[in-house]
Amino acid sequence: MNPGMYSALNSAVTAANGGMAPVATPWFFYALAALAVVSGVLVITRRNAVHSALALIVTLLSVAGLYLMLYAPFVAGVQIIVYAGGIMVLFLFVIMLVNIDRSSKDRRFNRIWPVGLTAACALMALFVSAIMKGQSVLNDPTTGKPRWPDPLHLPESMNTQQIANALYGEAGKMGQYTFAFEIASLLLLVAILGAVIMTKKKI
Amino acid sequence: MPNFIMSYLDSRAALTPGSAGSQFWALIYVLIIFAGVSVAVICMNWLERKALAHFQVRLGPMRVGPHGLLQPIADAIKLMLKEDIIPAEADQFVFWVAPLIGLLAAFTVYTVIPFGPSQAVSDMNIGILFMLGVSSLGVLGIVVAGWASNSHYPLIGALRSSAQMVSYEVAMGLAVVSAILMTSLNTNGTDGTLSMIGIVQAQQQQHIWFIFKLFPLGFIAFAIFAIAMVAETNRAPFDLAEAESELTAGFHTEYSGLRWSLFMLAEYAAMIAVSSIAVTLWLGGWMRPFPNLLHAPAWEFIFSLFPGLTFAGLAAIAFIGTARMSSHSFFKIQRIGLAVFAALLGFIALLLLVIAVVGRSADAGVAAQVAAPFAARFRDGIDHVYWFVLKVAVFMYMFIWYRATWPRYRFDQLMKIGWKVMLPISLGVLILTAIVGMKFS
Repeated sequence: MNPGMYSALNSAVTAANGGMAPVATPWFFYALAALAVVSGVLVITRRNAVHSALALIVTLLSVAGLYLMLYAPFVAGVQIIVYAGGIMVLFLFVIMLVNIDRSSKDRRFNRIWPVGLTAACALMALFVSAIMKGQSVLNDPTTGKPRWPDPLHLPESMNTQQIANALYGEAGKMGQYTFAFEIASLLLLVAILGAVIMTKKKI
Repeated sequence: MPNFIMSYLDSRAALTPGSAGSQFWALIYVLIIFAGVSVAVICMNWLERKALAHFQVRLGPMRVGPHGLLQPIADAIKLMLKEDIIPAEADQFVFWVAPLIGLLAAFTVYTVIPFGPSQAVSDMNIGILFMLGVSSLGVLGIVVAGWASNSHYPLIGALRSSAQMVSYEVAMGLAVVSAILMTSLNTNGTDGTLSMIGIVQAQQQQHIWFIFKLFPLGFIAFAIFAIAMVAETNRAPFDLAEAESELTAGFHTEYSGLRWSLFMLAEYAAMIAVSSIAVTLWLGGWMRPFPNLLHAPAWEFIFSLFPGLTFAGLAAIAFIGTARMSSHSFFKIQRIGLAVFAALLGFIALLLLVIAVVGRSADAGVAAQVAAPFAARFRDGIDHVYWFVLKVAVFMYMFIWYRATWPRYRFDQLMKIGWKVMLPISLGVLILTAIVGMKFS
């Protein structure tokens, strides 16, 4: 459907309802966030690798729900396809072939745990600083208004187009991230070729 | 009349309940779809057994009800009463949750399937992406079921099935992308769309089903999808995950009773779901044949009679069956039952025909009675759903036909077809569609 039609529909709905309230209430956020955190904890505490993988899928799906709440449906859809549907199936595929009985008796806290702790603390610090500084980065300091149009008032259908414009550029122009995007895809191609050559001596 | 019923006539009712923000109608739609899919699975079960039997020159179920019509109910009762066994060495929790994953994935996709321009629970602007993503979660149920059974055959079945589904998803996704690309190939400058309803509307605006667009590119993409969707749903000839000659029953060997029936329900629901993707993307979704050529009011009226006439035909078949049944007193109850069934079908046919006729008078502005606008809305809705379901039904019959016709592939052949034939062709079709589509920009 073309965006013009969509905005016409949206304005019709808004006029009829006296302003469209977002369907997703804060309760959705708290439920999804709690689900993500709880299943995230389960990922690292379960002894059984398959249970961990299942908990990881729940985490990924609830993060997809959070993206949906942020009015980024395309990112949510890709999250489900790539992570929950693609990568996790491969994870499970590998885990199923591993001898679970032996690996579940292994000690889970070995000598590299300080490294892990440091990395986790660094990531935590990054998140905290991002939240603290978020106000000044996201809002224009002179006016106090958000730098970007409020996603809640953009037509929902624009999300996919926005991503496409950023990656591939609008009519004739190069997009903001076209170069980075192409480099990343080249990198992935190299990785694919490397994997094929390493596993298949004779093609 | 209560507001939520009158809102059906509201001009906003041309939106899906999701975009109109109407929780009441959304709930009604969800319930209708859930019941409808369950009934469709039951019908499919009977039809598959009957059709397979006739393909193999057998009679199939004949004992429970006339021509075995009540066989699915007998099966369902048997499955519910059967002992539900969980193997001692199985992983209890995962074993319990695996069928539910498959079922949830299979039923969740129905929220975006467009049975009509407003006959969908919601019109997401990422509709097709959502469908592909959620239906790809179904493989998790199979993988996990095979692993949790803690037995060799299920594990091998699960490994085969996941490898197969992951490989065919690639070709399937590329075929879908080339269809999505076609939504933007128009002359009036509208953007492409991922919304399921938007895709059908794009075909309406471009006056062509995508299967015929840029011939033969649309057709090849459709053929790739039609093959890949059989592999995705683990149906013959790609049913290696449950190859009974090699693997007993594959990933659900250890399942019994109700849990096993959940797997079957999920499989058939997924079959209907992928068929509706194919119908939506390439076969014009809810549109009746030739909406642009034959759009005179007389043609509109003739096409609006189709649902009623279909039911009348089914009623006629049932009546003929009643008449041909042996008159021995042994068959007395069966004859009465079949006659009642035929009368029921005839009644539905009559109702649909009356709605079509009354709706026509509303179009002409003749009747001033309150029922006419309702009838017109109903008739439009029934028309859309009828054509959509008819197209999906053709695919469902093809699934049975494939199963009766082709021998099962060997696993290496399956992988070779997936990666060395389907993937390059679908990639080529995508690139060619993009190149040919340049002339539209």
